[in-house]
Amino acid sequence: MPGATVPAVRRQSLPRRIRKNWQLYLFLLVPVAYILIFAYVPMAGLQLAFKKFTASGGIWGSPWVGMQQFQKFFSSYQFERVIKNTLTLSLYGLAAGFPFPILLALVLNSLRSDRYRKAAQTITYLPYFISTVVLVGILVQVLNPRVGLAANISRAVSGGDPPNLMSNPSAFSHLYVWSGVWQSMGYNSIIYIAALAGVDPNLHEAAQIDGASRFQRVLHIDLPAILPTAAILLILSAGQLMNVGFEKVFLMQNNMNVSASEVISTYVYKVGLAAAITDFSYATAIGLFNSVINMILMLVVNFASKRLNGNSLF
Amino acid sequence: MADASIAATPAAAPKVKKIRLSRGDRIYYTVIHVILALLLIIVLYPLIFVVSSSFSSPNAVVSGQVFLWPVEPSVEGYRAVFENGDVLTGYGNTIVYTLLGTLINVALTLVAAYPLSRKDLPGRSFFLFLFTFTMIFNGGMIPTYILIKDLHMINTMWAMIVPGALSVYNMMITKTFLQESIPGELFEAAQIDGCSDFRYFFSIVLPLSKAIIAVLVLFYAIGHWNAYFNAFLYLNDRSLFPLQLFLREILIANTIDANAIVDPEVAAAKQGMANLLQYSLIIVSTVPVMCLYPFVQKYFVKGVMIGSIKG
Repeated sequence: MPGATVPAVRRQSLPRRIRKNWQLYLFLLVPVAYILIFAYVPMAGLQLAFKKFTASGGIWGSPWVGMQQFQKFFSSYQFERVIKNTLTLSLYGLAAGFPFPILLALVLNSLRSDRYRKAAQTITYLPYFISTVVLVGILVQVLNPRVGLAANISRAVSGGDPPNLMSNPSAFSHLYVWSGVWQSMGYNSIIYIAALAGVDPNLHEAAQIDGASRFQRVLHIDLPAILPTAAILLILSAGQLMNVGFEKVFLMQNNMNVSASEVISTYVYKVGLAAAITDFSYATAIGLFNSVINMILMLVVNFASKRLNGNSLF
Repeated sequence: MADASIAATPAAAPKVKKIRLSRGDRIYYTVIHVILALLLIIVLYPLIFVVSSSFSSPNAVVSGQVFLWPVEPSVEGYRAVFENGDVLTGYGNTIVYTLLGTLINVALTLVAAYPLSRKDLPGRSFFLFLFTFTMIFNGGMIPTYILIKDLHMINTMWAMIVPGALSVYNMMITKTFLQESIPGELFEAAQIDGCSDFRYFFSIVLPLSKAIIAVLVLFYAIGHWNAYFNAFLYLNDRSLFPLQLFLREILIANTIDANAIVDPEVAAAKQGMANLLQYSLIIVSTVPVMCLYPFVQKYFVKGVMIGSIKG
């Protein structure tokens, strides 16, 4: 941009520049107030992790107890379980969810009919718009061992009722991960499709003249074109490894599968808000532990991605 | 792999095209079409099954006759959905939360993104840090809950609108868009003509931001329509519940209230009816979003792309 480097003829003093831009600060007033109240006040509330919450004392007046809440968490039998479940879901989800959008993008990009490609794209985006509640609702319906689709098929094939997968701990991670792949494969392919659309057609033409088959062109032109995008996305998703969302896991959770489905966020909810005797301090400590790990992972990942190609999230 | 057997089928014989495909390419395209067909079937079949079930009779659903097309077609499920008071309450609430919430979201996002897109704003990097830091660190569930409680928002509609009124991620996307799509020369020219920041924002920035506003409306509105987390944490009063919370009760907790089915004939076939109602409800609750989608597909893809550019 040639216009961007025009230097300020004489630099005005800071107070003057602030006064001149008062309207801009007026714009920022509400958003900044909002972010201070709804993001930074809760951060101040994190001190509860080092306190013993009492109803009379509240956040600021409760007595300090040091690292006691954290020690309680680290020595609890739940610690290993929730960490293991959290990592299982995120790693499995990454391994299963990563290749499909790439495959879909390569396949769509190979189609020679524009109309077919558009239609296929639209269809694969559809599940993304289904709410988490409805997605889990569909799972429950379809897998219902008495009246679901799985039951119909099982009876038609083998004559017997199928097992109830929703209450089977060893089925939980598979259901969670593959329903996620089903829902977001199309959406996640968008970025790869865009990268493929940016490939210079001359490359394909030249390769064709040299006698490369379509499959060879995919291997040697298309695939390398999306590799940088794929690498960045892979690195960035490593920043989310300890961040398994509450909503879907909680909806899919029941008393029977809880040994496989209890993750950090659902455990925080149970300890802090749902238990018969809620423990704000303990739940805050678990949440803080998770937030700190997430932050470290994201900073590392961001640094790595910046070093790799100058692309960073923030 | 079954490549060879697929390629050997006569179905792969090409129509006469400008360029005749080599044998290798014919195999390739056949494999591509098979893969795509499989993926599309996997994506579509559960959706078709739900739609077909919702249009079948209660008896056909409960006895497991539905596989692909509606069996004994009927709209009884839909009648039951619209006779269900909870569903209507939820629908009404969700529409209010979505409209009001999206309006506030978009306004707040634009008002924050515009000054931050101005490179001449003194203290810009401080404000940017203030916002981006909240993307990598937050207070978490319990301190936020205590805050909402202290603000007396529990069991009010504001609990559905105020927390989450500004998505910093969307704000950064908007800021990037404003920086890249509105030339700086435009501002300089306006400034020389004596145009104030307010006037510049309303008469120049907003009209040039239609694309990003469409993206924001789409993302925020879908978010509101599909949200259940805040309602689940902050609302106990059933008259305030959004649709998704009632959906959770009916679809997942399976606690359908027999009294909610008013028609006595219908009550007789309660079990089948309950199942049918669930299928119909899935459709009724999802159709508004799906209907919106084709009109905004262009912006949707655009939004994803803007989001992937660095901020």
